[in-house]
Amino acid sequence: MTEATRAIEAVWRIESARLIAGLARMVGDVGLAEDMAQDALVAAMEKWPEAGVPDNPGAWLMATAKNRAIDRMRREKTYERKREEVAHDTGALFAMERSDFEAAADDEIGDDLLALIFTCCHPLLSREARVALTLRLLGGLTTTEIAIAFLASESTIAQRLVRAKRTLREARVPFEVPRGAELDERLPSVLEVIYLVFNEGYAASTGEDWIRADLCEEALRLARILAELVPREPEAHGLAALLEIQASRLKARRGPGGEPVLLLDQDRGRWDPLLIVRGRRALERAQALPGPLGPYCLQAAIAACHAEAIRPEETNWVRIAALYEALAQIQPSPIVELNRAVAVAMAFGPEAGLELLAQIEDEPELSDYHLLPSVRGDLLEKAGRHEEASAEFKRAANLTRNEQERELLLRRAEGGG
Amino acid sequence: MRFMMLMYPQLEEADWNPTAEAVAAMGRYNEELQKAGMLLALDGLRPPSDGGSVSFDGEGKATVTDGPFAEAKEVVGGYWLIQARSKEEALEWASRCPDSNCRIEVRRVFEMEDFPQEVQDAYEGP
Repeated sequence: MTEATRAIEAVWRIESARLIAGLARMVGDVGLAEDMAQDALVAAMEKWPEAGVPDNPGAWLMATAKNRAIDRMRREKTYERKREEVAHDTGALFAMERSDFEAAADDEIGDDLLALIFTCCHPLLSREARVALTLRLLGGLTTTEIAIAFLASESTIAQRLVRAKRTLREARVPFEVPRGAELDERLPSVLEVIYLVFNEGYAASTGEDWIRADLCEEALRLARILAELVPREPEAHGLAALLEIQASRLKARRGPGGEPVLLLDQDRGRWDPLLIVRGRRALERAQALPGPLGPYCLQAAIAACHAEAIRPEETNWVRIAALYEALAQIQPSPIVELNRAVAVAMAFGPEAGLELLAQIEDEPELSDYHLLPSVRGDLLEKAGRHEEASAEFKRAANLTRNEQERELLLRRAEGGG
Repeated sequence: MRFMMLMYPQLEEADWNPTAEAVAAMGRYNEELQKAGMLLALDGLRPPSDGGSVSFDGEGKATVTDGPFAEAKEVVGGYWLIQARSKEEALEWASRCPDSNCRIEVRRVFEMEDFPQEVQDAYEGP
């Protein structure tokens, strides 16, 4: 890649989401808007290497996208038909000049971006499609990058994107920000998509896999953008807080051999203090808003408790147990109960944790989940019930698919480790 | 990845304090960075006469000098710490800075994994 191409790519990464959002507002269709934006990118690739990057590249791309769209429609002789397709905003399409775009108020641009986020995360689309479309249109990632990130083939991702855009077009999904109750209803889907992107990156090993690890940064970026766009929504700040604090541990969660290091065994000196501070600040913003804490805020508060403890033994487990209890009330799940049992055991002793575990041992969702017997083994061990503990560790070893983990569990079953 | 954008104002110390107009323009720029989800931290620095410098002579002996630094060709006026996806992206952001009379140096931040394992192991902190 030449230097000029890299510079253009950098501008594209910065401008593409706003460009696509602005165009989608005019033509009412994100697929068409993306095509128009791509045309402008091609034009930039032709012109900029010689002429240099213009002073206001965003406005240049916007003006070019519109001109190219008009040219192309004419050439394809489908001009009249397309013109009708975009009829509700033809005036804007033809009349808007560079200065209009520059003059577009900040909150309008923000509104367009927000509409793009909600459209990409529309409930009509499958979860996978929402993630792919968000990374493509908001993150400016190429199909290849998305494919690598999700360990899928390029054609699978390309098809997924095409289908998603077609679904939106055929359903005539309006390009707009949902308001009032509809906003409350659809915000969780947006938060979930960003969280999924983060987790995909978090699960990836560091170093060799730059695109996958980059997903964490991208998710963080999206979470921060969203929090600025909907500053009155506590859960948007909660998600940003959760991701900042989880990301602060990215460098500490793998050992030199790439093996996972559990939270309590991590070298806390490697936690990133800047991200912890940012996370705490985002959480404070959420807490300053009216209303009870939602699931992301509660998880962020739990993460903040860990971040606060300089040494693991300083962890405020009583508070963590209370936060898990609150989380279990609004978002009941056996996994939350399992985590709560661990926190309760740390706060009030192993028997108290075992009591909670007994309540979820028949949960079908946990029947093949190695962490249930593994946690129970741990608590039994701490309670001095070694024989029972050993049996649990063996059960857990049979359930895990991870070789390193199996070895560790079998060692513990023998009374070691 | 993270980049530090170090800003060197090209002006005399007497002109150090920015005008209201310049502050407003910088505020808009910082807001852009913030809204793009890229901004991690930033600060503007008071003039060098408010500061001082400590130099070491190569054998560990420190000499303290009060500001301003007559011998310095240019001094830092402030910084932004941003998250960017490439050096080019960081440079593009730097080139959008509204200050018309400064130089911005864009430097990538060292990450722990840039160092060999034994160097990483030797590190304890912060």
